[in-house]
Amino acid sequence: MAIFLALVIGGLFGFTLDRIGATNPGYIIRMLNLSNLHLLKTIMLAIGTSSVLMFAGILAGLVDPGHLSVKDAYSGVFVGGLLLGAGFAIAGYCPGTSVTAAATGRKDALFFVLGGLFGAAAYMLAYSGVKATGLLDKIAGGKATLGMVTDTDYPFLIGGLSGEVIGIGLGIAFIAIAALAPAKLFGKG
Amino acid sequence: MVLNWKVGGLLLGGVFFLAVLLVKPIGVSTQFVILDGILWDAVNPAIVVVDETAKSGYASPNAYLNKSGGKYAKNVAEPMNYSFIFVLAMVGGAALSAFLRGGVSAEEREMPEVWRENFGSSTTKRYVWAFIAGFLVLFGARLAGGCTSGHMMSGMMQTALSGYIFTAGAFLAAFPIALFVFKKGN
Repeated sequence: MAIFLALVIGGLFGFTLDRIGATNPGYIIRMLNLSNLHLLKTIMLAIGTSSVLMFAGILAGLVDPGHLSVKDAYSGVFVGGLLLGAGFAIAGYCPGTSVTAAATGRKDALFFVLGGLFGAAAYMLAYSGVKATGLLDKIAGGKATLGMVTDTDYPFLIGGLSGEVIGIGLGIAFIAIAALAPAKLFGKG
Repeated sequence: MVLNWKVGGLLLGGVFFLAVLLVKPIGVSTQFVILDGILWDAVNPAIVVVDETAKSGYASPNAYLNKSGGKYAKNVAEPMNYSFIFVLAMVGGAALSAFLRGGVSAEEREMPEVWRENFGSSTTKRYVWAFIAGFLVLFGARLAGGCTSGHMMSGMMQTALSGYIFTAGAFLAAFPIALFVFKKGN
């Protein structure tokens, strides 16, 4: 059953990434140099939509809060984000879009994936050293969410307000950003 | 022809919701580690060993594969699991979509138009930089514990503090670098 779901959801995800243009590094680069915000609007709407559906689903008892998987917060998350952002801007690929772009026949994506395998291997070897620097020390109790989510034991930052309500509110905010963002900031797009 | 942001965003959001409804949030970058582990273990079988005392039942002399009770070591030993198949299915889904829309042109397969406008048509140059960028992205993703899918999309979907921290870092680097590197064609 797990394998069947992996095939269906993974297949849908890959198909969708291609259909929104995310497998085309030109769209990602143009999003990041602000000449075509199509993908930014798409991603913002996606985050907002999924967030509203998920938190409304928890409130309605449709979504099992045990399915949530919140990742640890630590200073290395920011440093890693910076490194990823640099490569993202240069190539126009991230891990998910690179493997799907390679699947559409893009050869530069294959070189990105190869570099990625080396980069991941380098981290495997560097892990103990990185850990010793304290970069991986948890912030805010680690797997923190903004508000308290029902039936989870994640630490939270904002008390007195339901985590689901915060999630739905922020989801609506993401949808608003998607709607209000211009198609491009400058250039011929 | 790409979908407009409204249809595309709803569809993509729907997929992320479906994943958390039925199984768990979407993530991709861990599977680069798992594939590395599979290749490494094929060359050196001592990299992943059965260990009854470990939480996962497997252990590794590599501290990263061995962390969290050998969770990654187990996935290396038993790759036919949800997360690994998920990425293989992504490849299949994207290949099908591209085939149905008539594929990608020969020029585009080498590099995107915006790269050509800024740096010319040398494939060597593009491939070398793609390799370097891939190295940076995956090293960064593993240091951060997630990537654009796991941290940015799934993370912010769940209002995870780590998701916002990651997204701040990623865009703080990506926007200035893209603006600086790709001046032409915008």
